[in-house]
Amino acid sequence: MTMGLLLATTRSIPDVLVFILSALIILGGAVGVVASRNPVHSALCLIATFLGIALAFVEQEAHFLAAVQIIVYAGAIVILFLFVIMFLGVDRSESLRVEPLSSQRPIAVGAVAVVTGALIALMAVGGWYSGAQSVAGPTDPNHDVNVLGKAVFTTYLLAFEATALLLIIAVVGAVLLARREPEPDARPEAAGSRDDDADEVLQ
Amino acid sequence: MTIPAAWFLVVSALLFGIGAFGVLVRRNVLVMFMCIELMLNAANLAFVTYSRVLHDVGGQATVFFVLVVAAAEVTVGLGIVVAIFRRRRSAIVDDVAEMRG
Repeated sequence: MTMGLLLATTRSIPDVLVFILSALIILGGAVGVVASRNPVHSALCLIATFLGIALAFVEQEAHFLAAVQIIVYAGAIVILFLFVIMFLGVDRSESLRVEPLSSQRPIAVGAVAVVTGALIALMAVGGWYSGAQSVAGPTDPNHDVNVLGKAVFTTYLLAFEATALLLIIAVVGAVLLARREPEPDARPEAAGSRDDDADEVLQ
Repeated sequence: MTIPAAWFLVVSALLFGIGAFGVLVRRNVLVMFMCIELMLNAANLAFVTYSRVLHDVGGQATVFFVLVVAAAEVTVGLGIVVAIFRRRRSAIVDDVAEMRG
């Protein structure tokens, strides 16, 4: 019945084409992330997925979020990934044929299929969406930033402050984690033993 | 806007499934992080879709916060990866198994 309802709705051809295009980019990029043997290729496929998501946002009239999606995700997070890949020098290909745990992949396929199927079935049974309309105020495609900014700084002010705190904690944590050990000439014996360890692992 | 919410929600569920599969089977910790990003983006897509069909800006505001959490998670996660790599010379999760019982 739901399907009949969906197909009975009239919709314009360009909308459908844009949706199909965005869905293809999103899912193709996601498969590329999982199936690429080289982490650099995974990161590039990740950019494709983010662009597809931005396209879906534009199609759903969330223009500001589409721009933020590209700037923050494709512009900052993927660059951070690529930077770390290059920095560590782990851009070698990894064999995907080796399966260290026997029957890990079939079980993973089964579990993911069950979860995704259950997710879609639950949404379909529930009529896809239900709930109160416009609790935090209606959206306005023409004044996107206004409405969103007002919501973030009034209704969601506490969450906004919490994210500020989270970002500060993340920055401090990243600096602490990435900090090098004290200078080698200050503690020669400790530095020497650490180099030996590294050599052993490399061999 | 004439595309039904159901279509976007199905795409979102599939994206989440692919991301979860990647986290389960891949062993490179960087690729596992990317798959977590895929799952977060699936949630974002669902939020924006609900925001559109329920005419509620709360969904879009939530996407904003998911974005911040994702950025913080990637920063700290990659910091941990760099710290582990400095000691172990490896980005494969199976190599970090000292605490196995």
